[in-house]
Amino acid sequence: MRASNFKAASLTIFVAFMLAIIPLPDWAIEFRPDWVTLAMIYWAMTSPAKTGVTLAWMAGLMLDVSHGAILGQNALGLVLVIYIVHIQHQRLRVASLLQQAIVIFFLLLLKQLIVLWVSGIVGHAPHTWLFFMPCVTGALLWPWIYIIMRDIQRKIGYSTTY
Amino acid sequence: MQTLFLRGPAVTLRMIILVILSIILMTADHRWQHLDTVRNTLSYLLYPVEYVVDLPIRLYYWGQENLSAHQTLLQENQHLKDMQLQSRVQLQKLDILEKENERLRQLLSATPKTPEDHLIAEIVAVDVDPYRHFIVLNKGAKYGVYRGQPIIDAHGVMGQIVYVNAMTSTAMLISDVSHAIPVQIDRTGLRSVAFGTGQTDYLDLRHIPHNADIQVGDKLISSGLGERFPRNYPVATITRIDRDTGETFVDVRAEPLAQLDTSREVLLVWTQRHQHSTPEIESVDEEIEQQAVEASTEESVEQAPEEAVDASE
Repeated sequence: MRASNFKAASLTIFVAFMLAIIPLPDWAIEFRPDWVTLAMIYWAMTSPAKTGVTLAWMAGLMLDVSHGAILGQNALGLVLVIYIVHIQHQRLRVASLLQQAIVIFFLLLLKQLIVLWVSGIVGHAPHTWLFFMPCVTGALLWPWIYIIMRDIQRKIGYSTTY
Repeated sequence: MQTLFLRGPAVTLRMIILVILSIILMTADHRWQHLDTVRNTLSYLLYPVEYVVDLPIRLYYWGQENLSAHQTLLQENQHLKDMQLQSRVQLQKLDILEKENERLRQLLSATPKTPEDHLIAEIVAVDVDPYRHFIVLNKGAKYGVYRGQPIIDAHGVMGQIVYVNAMTSTAMLISDVSHAIPVQIDRTGLRSVAFGTGQTDYLDLRHIPHNADIQVGDKLISSGLGERFPRNYPVATITRIDRDTGETFVDVRAEPLAQLDTSREVLLVWTQRHQHSTPEIESVDEEIEQQAVEASTEESVEQAPEEAVDASE
């Protein structure tokens, strides 16, 4: 990742963290997409050489701290998701936006399941199907997120070529 | 230089190491709760994000204060003065009562009630996990906030601190599913434990027998058992009693008195066990005292695990 691309990545990840904690009205809280995971997926997909699992792990730990969750819960989910994106990034990049969105849905589902599993072990798993809503909203928003992120990357950074 | 194919095995190896690390971290955090330093360090990184998110709301309040008309301010000032006068009058009576209480306690040679210390903290306007009832406060370790510290608002007990960061701290509300607070019915003195339900509008009172003397409208106050919450703070009022004779215990619901989802300012309470030592004055004695306070906090967390947090099962 070039210096300018690094700028774009840190900016978007910062904004993703902001969106993750920005206050929403009560009815919308369960629908909030997992912004940080989406941003990490984008960067792991487009510049996998530098956005690796270690960065994902750090972002996951920060997510844990901001959620007041047990340390490592989101980190574990994010590491596994980014690992999959990482080894499959070439296939993902040539897929259409719709196909990507479907894959993203299952990736987000995987992360949510890991989070649910850990909360279950710790003893406070949420008992509602709304828990999986972020996967749906995340997948639905993916085409727009992808396009916006690509524009940000082109404007601020310089698209990686290979 | 970038190659077409990334070094596969290295990534896999790193992934496996990180997964193992995550599992170790989770176990350590859940079992021993000794990862405060890690949390603290990460919270420094997170602080700018929280600051930026909270900024518009703070600006709004700032604007409201600074741009409001002279007339409104005067009116508000007059109103507050009236209220203060009223409170003063009530306090005078309370003062006498307190003195009398102290005398009576001395006569009974009971342990004297020690005064508590308070500090106002503001709730940072950020959303935390939608399925937990956590709030973020703008006072942290710098002000001597400690883990397990009770927080109250103008109406009653709100919750307790669960994570202390440098600049902020995270508190669990009494309505969280894994929270429980020892309470007592004001009218009869019957002791119970109020469990959080995950809903902000009611708590669950468990293990109350059928013949217990309780009524709808009874006020619940903190009993001080468990030595985490100070005694005699209002907690909730009983709103529903379901006497199903088939069940072993009565199903009792109580509505928290504190405004759990609308309060903006809360009070941090230092109880007698944790005297408030101001870290601003830095002398050796202070530091020793601080360490002693920290040590006793650690102890109380280990000694009273059944009291509050993790009572979900």
